[in-house]
Amino acid sequence: MNALIILSVIGFIALLSEIFNFRKFLSAVVLTGIAIAFIANACEWNTAISYYHRMMVFDNYAVAFTGVILLVAFLWFILSPGFFKEETSRSDHFTLILFSLAGAVVMISYANMTMLFLGIEILSIPMYVLAGSKKSDLRSNEAAVKYFLLGAFATCFLLFGIALIYGATGSFDLAEIRGIGYRVTGTPSISLYPISSIPLFYGGVIMMMVGLAFKISAVPFHFWTPDVYDGSPDVITAFMATIVKTAAFAAFFRLFFTSFTAIIPNWSIILWVMAILTIITGNLTAVFQHGLKRMLAYSSIAHAGYMLLALIAMNNLSQSSLLLYTASYSIATIAAFAVMIIVINKKGNDDFDSFRGLAKNNPFVALVMCIAMFSLAGIPPTAGFFAKYFIFSAAMQSHHIGLVIIAVAGSLVGVYYYFRVVIAMFQGEEEALEKIMLEPSYKFLLFITSLIIIILGLFPSLLINLLH
Amino acid sequence: MITLILIFFPLLSALALFPVKGKNIKILALAFSIIEFILCLVAAFQFENNAMPQFMVDVPWIVSLGINFKAGIDGISMLLLLLTTFLVPLIILSSFQNEYKNPKLFYALILFMQSGLMGVFTALDGFLFYIFWEMALIPIYFICLLWGGQERIRITFKFFIYTLLGSLLMLVALTYLYLQTPGKHTFDLLAFYSLHLDRTTQGWIFWALFIAFAVKMPVFPFHTWQPDTYTDAPPQGTMLLSGIMLKMGIYGLVRLLMPIAPLGLQDWGYIAIILSIIGIVYASCIAFVQKDVKRLIAYSSIAHVGLISAGVLTFTLQGLQGGMLQMFSHGVNVVGLFFIIDIIQKRTNTRTITDLGGIRLSAPLLASFFMVIMLGSIGLPLTNGFIGEFLLFTGIFQYNPIFAAISGLTIILGAVYMLKAYQNTMLGEKNRITAIFPDLVLSEKLVLIPIVIMIFWFGIYPKPFLQMTEPTIKNLITIIGK
Repeated sequence: MNALIILSVIGFIALLSEIFNFRKFLSAVVLTGIAIAFIANACEWNTAISYYHRMMVFDNYAVAFTGVILLVAFLWFILSPGFFKEETSRSDHFTLILFSLAGAVVMISYANMTMLFLGIEILSIPMYVLAGSKKSDLRSNEAAVKYFLLGAFATCFLLFGIALIYGATGSFDLAEIRGIGYRVTGTPSISLYPISSIPLFYGGVIMMMVGLAFKISAVPFHFWTPDVYDGSPDVITAFMATIVKTAAFAAFFRLFFTSFTAIIPNWSIILWVMAILTIITGNLTAVFQHGLKRMLAYSSIAHAGYMLLALIAMNNLSQSSLLLYTASYSIATIAAFAVMIIVINKKGNDDFDSFRGLAKNNPFVALVMCIAMFSLAGIPPTAGFFAKYFIFSAAMQSHHIGLVIIAVAGSLVGVYYYFRVVIAMFQGEEEALEKIMLEPSYKFLLFITSLIIIILGLFPSLLINLLH
Repeated sequence: MITLILIFFPLLSALALFPVKGKNIKILALAFSIIEFILCLVAAFQFENNAMPQFMVDVPWIVSLGINFKAGIDGISMLLLLLTTFLVPLIILSSFQNEYKNPKLFYALILFMQSGLMGVFTALDGFLFYIFWEMALIPIYFICLLWGGQERIRITFKFFIYTLLGSLLMLVALTYLYLQTPGKHTFDLLAFYSLHLDRTTQGWIFWALFIAFAVKMPVFPFHTWQPDTYTDAPPQGTMLLSGIMLKMGIYGLVRLLMPIAPLGLQDWGYIAIILSIIGIVYASCIAFVQKDVKRLIAYSSIAHVGLISAGVLTFTLQGLQGGMLQMFSHGVNVVGLFFIIDIIQKRTNTRTITDLGGIRLSAPLLASFFMVIMLGSIGLPLTNGFIGEFLLFTGIFQYNPIFAAISGLTIILGAVYMLKAYQNTMLGEKNRITAIFPDLVLSEKLVLIPIVIMIFWFGIYPKPFLQMTEPTIKNLITIIGK
């Protein structure tokens, strides 16, 4: 709750900065604010207080995921000073991002389906605007419109699903919905629901699943992702690929893990098919991309597929493995985007060929990119390896061996396209470009992200034990 | 404690290289690797010849998954640690006449890789084994990618994908085993040994692990990455790959495959042996027609390793002992051979056999060293190759005399292609290319002398090394016999 309050307060401060004219210091204020929010959030560990008649609950799950979001947001703000400099509407951008973060926190900590809906909307509406924030760029506009239309469409599904569930159970409360299924025997069973409401319940679950699958861009609801990721400004893409995705997965998982346990076999088979399609489609299309940004967009679809494994497994390892996965994936993605932005500033585009000679030009940047790519590909000793490992072994514990084999094969394909970047960096000595000079903030960002990736790669217990 | 030092000292020294300025990198790297060798000798002198792993380290690492940092040294480990620490200084020294761009990274990667190798050879936890296994792969990938020849991008990528595929198979198998352990799951190898899975499962485990290790060695038909990679890698990379890294595969057979899936070995071992033997004959025949000396040695390496793997898989005392000894000998010999090829290439800019000739006239010392190492590689009595091959054949003969007869071809074929190579490069008349050929310089002698000493020591008095591995191997046989 502390985090939510602090985020909203700095959001308002950012708005006020336009009036009281302290725009220059806004960056510092926001970074300090997020750092404070991170600490304040950590103070709520093991309290599990619920607010507003069980609208929201800050249990350890919520605190842990909020922590990840805040950490990534902190890194993201270091990544994107350029975004707040070029444009005239600096304070607007800050405000939109901060409110979007507040929405993410709500999505993580809801205990009531109305809050889920509110959270998603608070997160999404600023994102629609920000996707189109390169006003003169046609593709940015296209991205905004596409994102808005499809996003709104998905929200309709979600809302419809919420209504159906309410119709079936008479409640918006996650625990109550779960409780109905458990009322008599203590073991989950659909037969405990009133017979007439069972079809409504099934329908609601499927509708909500569709709505959330849009948000996490799982196949076959992924069509918006490449265009939106590609068209949006780079830093906004980074935001969507990391924070939005983390929040959406946290919301997805909380809903299904808490409320719909009575019919696990019914929906897990749908997710199973979805996961396989997502892994295959994401990986295979990523192979054929020529630009890093589009490759990351498609590979983010593949990563969504791997993360779905945690939902399908639904055992005691799921939560913690999802936490580790979102954290390591987000941080590696931030590092990759940082390097991409550096390269774009130098060469003007993000084609793989633009990365040629990077290792010669600036070995440090190349090293960080290597670590990020290794982590995304899942090669030890990086965080990405353990993230994949935990999520796969969670699925294996629930006897989804076939799924794991497909996921492992998918990761092997992943190695191919991530390594294209690595190989490109070490190629091409002929180009004698002027040296890439890094701003101190970028140096710090690159250093800290790679450090976190390596530390989590050596001691994954730091995160895994949190929710175990 | 000494185990930890042995694993992490190279890693720390790799990091210590980065702040150093100037031209002392080579010497510093050499110094670090020699210190590591001395440390390993200290461990070897404290080592007691019994079956139990010694110098144990056992700290919890990832508690929730039952992964411990458990490492120790038994006889087999000790032998391979000695091999690694003995070869790495020589490999570093062998680069003294080469000028590499970005030497800091080059030597740091070699030391980094050594750290991974030391970890593989001491790990007693399945997961730890896997981590070190991959840790050894990444540096060598970069060594080949950054300092390799013309085709390096394509070739190293093939190499990486192949080995990664193998490792993933191993990881899946290890995770499966992990989930089978009773109670709170663990990756401890001892727990894996006492699982007693049923026959079918063991068959699956056998193949998953065998393919993982076969890619590394490489055994026919998983060898297609090897000739290209060996040929195109920088000389030090080739030495690391052939001298030490392929031993990881054989070590894996002994450490993981046999004790975990003994029934699988019973059922399927003969197919694996047949594959190894096909590899021997096939690689020898191809080696015979090679024009590039480096490629020739690469194929001969497939033949030799095929023999080792066949011998080890027979699961007889002689076969295993011979395998251990031959691993050491092959490592020493192959590093020597690749170094001599590197010397020839540096001076003549060619490796094509037909272009060379008459080198002995201008460089008698080089020719003599080449002679000794080549004889060791062929397996002439009194050289190191003889003892190992003899024991291996004994083992294979006990298993199946026909197999022994076929794999015996390796001696004849090996002699044919090696002598032919020697004859065409060293003997005969000088030609335009070999007209001026300076003899060995000091640093080159310093590499070759220890190798030759080892060749004779092993050939004449291998007892201390045999004694070192014997209790462990006997223990292994009793574990599996149960």
